[in-house]
Amino acid sequence: MGTSATSSSPTSVDVVVIGGGPGGYVAAIRAAQLGLSTVCVEYDKTLGGTCVNVGCIPSKALLTSSEHYEFAQHAAASHGIGLSGVTLDLSTMLKRKDDVVGQNTRGIEYLFKKNKITWAKGFGTLKAGNVVEVTRAKPDAGGPPAEKIAEYQAKSVIIATGSVPIELPFLKFDEERVLSNVGALAIPKVPNHLIVIGGGVIGLELGSVWKRLGAKVTVVELLPAILPGMDDELVKEADRTFKKQGLDIRTGTKVIGGGRTETGVYIEVEKDGKTERIEGDHVLVSVGRRPVTSGIDAKALGLNVGKRGEILVDDQMRTNLPNVYAIGDCVPGPMLAHKAEDEGVIAAEVIAGMHVHMHYKSIPGVVYTWPEIAAVGLTEKQVKESGREYRTGKFPFSANGRARSMGETTGFVKFIADAKTDELLGAHMIGPNVSELISEVVLAFEYRGSSEDIGVTVHAHPTLSEVTKEAALATLGRALHI
Amino acid sequence: MIAIKVPTLGESIVEATVSRWLKKEGDAIAIGDTLVELETDKITVEVPAMHAGVLKKIAHGEGDVVKVDELLAEIDENASVGASSGASAASAPVAPPAGVPAPKPAEPSKPAAPSAPRPAPAEVRASPAAQRVAAEQNVDLSTVQGTGRGGVISKPDIIERGQQSAPVDVVRPKEPTFEPAPAAEPPAPAARGTRETREKMTTRRRRIAEHLLESQHATAHLTTFNEIDMSAVSALRERLKERIEKEQGVKLSFMPFFVKAACLALKSYPIVNAQIDGDSIVYKHYVNMGIAVASDAGLVVPNLKDADKKGMLQISRDIVAVAKRARDGKLTMDDLTGGTFTITNGGVFGSLVSTPILNYPQVGILGLHKTQDRPVAIGGKVEIRPMMYVALSYDHRVIDGQQAVLFLVRVKELMEDPGSMLID
Repeated sequence: MGTSATSSSPTSVDVVVIGGGPGGYVAAIRAAQLGLSTVCVEYDKTLGGTCVNVGCIPSKALLTSSEHYEFAQHAAASHGIGLSGVTLDLSTMLKRKDDVVGQNTRGIEYLFKKNKITWAKGFGTLKAGNVVEVTRAKPDAGGPPAEKIAEYQAKSVIIATGSVPIELPFLKFDEERVLSNVGALAIPKVPNHLIVIGGGVIGLELGSVWKRLGAKVTVVELLPAILPGMDDELVKEADRTFKKQGLDIRTGTKVIGGGRTETGVYIEVEKDGKTERIEGDHVLVSVGRRPVTSGIDAKALGLNVGKRGEILVDDQMRTNLPNVYAIGDCVPGPMLAHKAEDEGVIAAEVIAGMHVHMHYKSIPGVVYTWPEIAAVGLTEKQVKESGREYRTGKFPFSANGRARSMGETTGFVKFIADAKTDELLGAHMIGPNVSELISEVVLAFEYRGSSEDIGVTVHAHPTLSEVTKEAALATLGRALHI
Repeated sequence: MIAIKVPTLGESIVEATVSRWLKKEGDAIAIGDTLVELETDKITVEVPAMHAGVLKKIAHGEGDVVKVDELLAEIDENASVGASSGASAASAPVAPPAGVPAPKPAEPSKPAAPSAPRPAPAEVRASPAAQRVAAEQNVDLSTVQGTGRGGVISKPDIIERGQQSAPVDVVRPKEPTFEPAPAAEPPAPAARGTRETREKMTTRRRRIAEHLLESQHATAHLTTFNEIDMSAVSALRERLKERIEKEQGVKLSFMPFFVKAACLALKSYPIVNAQIDGDSIVYKHYVNMGIAVASDAGLVVPNLKDADKKGMLQISRDIVAVAKRARDGKLTMDDLTGGTFTITNGGVFGSLVSTPILNYPQVGILGLHKTQDRPVAIGGKVEIRPMMYVALSYDHRVIDGQQAVLFLVRVKELMEDPGSMLID
């Protein structure tokens, strides 16, 4: 690894990736695999970006830990395991999470070394002619010029600058009381009451963590239902289940104000014309994320961007500037690590002259609550609106032997398929481990699979995946075990 | 034992092709079940069972040409499924039925499927469901372009291919109307690097091709043109259409005017309504007016019987009714046979001028086109008028140029002064 020495003339390289998140570091690895000399610029102390440091990975660590705690408290007894004196050592739990993050970030550093990728540890600024300047600090507008530590002349540039959480004007993030995902992963003491603004993926996952650890959690969602954009049937089941678990979910509720109190925070909400003040220890603001392109002066460079500042690209990740590519959260599409990774691979392969392009049809979405939620393709509503004739098939986990033996019988798998050709159009799952079950369906989507393809495939018995098979058979009107 | 025979298919039709068996030997048959579809060059006919029982024997497999009254199959009215041991599926002389919809769970097992030849997995890559459907429909997987990642053949690839060529859709055309037919579904996108796609012609397409070629070869084909100022007939239609729709429930289009004008012109020039039979000319003292309809079933030309004896309202209603029958796949042999003259309207697609091909053995066909505002000289001045080019293709063997031209001029005069249609 090692940083490049300061020099007067830029170092020539094949590829400079700006940003070392899941999109950027994967793009760098793929470019290096293809024999391109590659530099990845990352300003943070560790590689991995939001996903590895303050997103996917640490939240999954806490979700798993809190599930174990919940099991020990509430479910172990039903298995005949008597436990007494179950206690929560939050600092150990948080430290374990940090260790998991550390293992992952060091893992990426190892992969960089292995693939001979240079990590330029500083802030990258894209200049005209594909020159990337790396400075020790983030340049401050109007301030003194930041110390330059490297400058690269890149044949190709991949912009992978990611996204940041959207802030509410009256609730600026302080990460102490007003939290983004960053602060909500590191609350030092279990709150009495955690308020969550936004009933999307991040709000429900982190809300679940603190609920299981003992907090009262109130989730406020502006839209009429949680998990906007997901299949209605799935959302209904999720809403019912989370409420049963004790989450106080307020949908169709608008947050009109808020701020800090002496000991915590408050928000003011409005529903059906009635206002209410809700007080809590912390508030997690998870109302969405926006693309960030710091270091990329789109106007000066003539880079085409959309309304929200996202960089516009084609399906080979090309921007309008020659040899400048962009991937991940800073381009349009769902803000998902695996989407960014795939785009990174595509960008690197296109740079290496391969004829590949993105397939956006088969990008799964997963929510790591318990039960988990996973989906790929179109929702039933979208299919209905398209006017296409379709069939659906649904199979519940309660009719599956493995799920029963695990004591995890909530949820179902649902398929939507074209009525004529049986082509799979959508798959929607809620239940145990569906984050893993969805991959089979994504593979089928890649090959333009039909529900019959899944229905006639042997699934090991007894497994949860049999629910997927049975739902596929149900789509053909011939589920076996119901 | 009940014999199922080829039914009477209509005037002058003596044979048909077995296009699809919907039942196979050993199947239980209920009264009214469709047993088989027969295809002629004009229409597809479903043969229903008039007796319940078990299908004992299929006498003609798919693709066989059968004559009217020939034996198609035998039904044993005393047998029930399972009891029949005589006709084992393995000895069935015919191919398994193609294009049978996915079996419902309640159906008895399909003995033919397991013995169907399996595609060589190394040669072509196809999903399990695609292989099953291909085997059932006798589709050679090596002729199918896969649309899955890496060119893998998917189940939709086989089914969509079937929709393009299977006769089942010909029987029930989705939207055949007098409006422009919807753009045909594009063939599955060819894999990268493939510049051609080969597709077998359907029987119907082959018949259309043969028929058109026969017309070109067997006649002395010639076309004359004229143009019609549509101002007067447009004004008349504008004035009447709302009231007629309200009072009679009929949408008044231009087509009935042309039908009427053509009938009157045919009366003046009966040779255009004639046919050649050997060395005789047969004059028809009635007009069965054929109207060409484009549909995804291909070109069909149903005709309005005795159009010359009908009023405008009746003609309008007949056109609507025949359109509905075409849409519902209910055109009868009667609709499609016995035409004496044809009108074809390329204008609905935007055609400005074209030379129609004769609907052999008819000797005349009137081609209508798009009405377009054009400058024309009226009384020494240039005026903008809604103009339509019209074409009459005719068989010069029997129709002299003079008669053809005068016929078309007569149509033009009647249309430009629609009131004159009353004086006849």
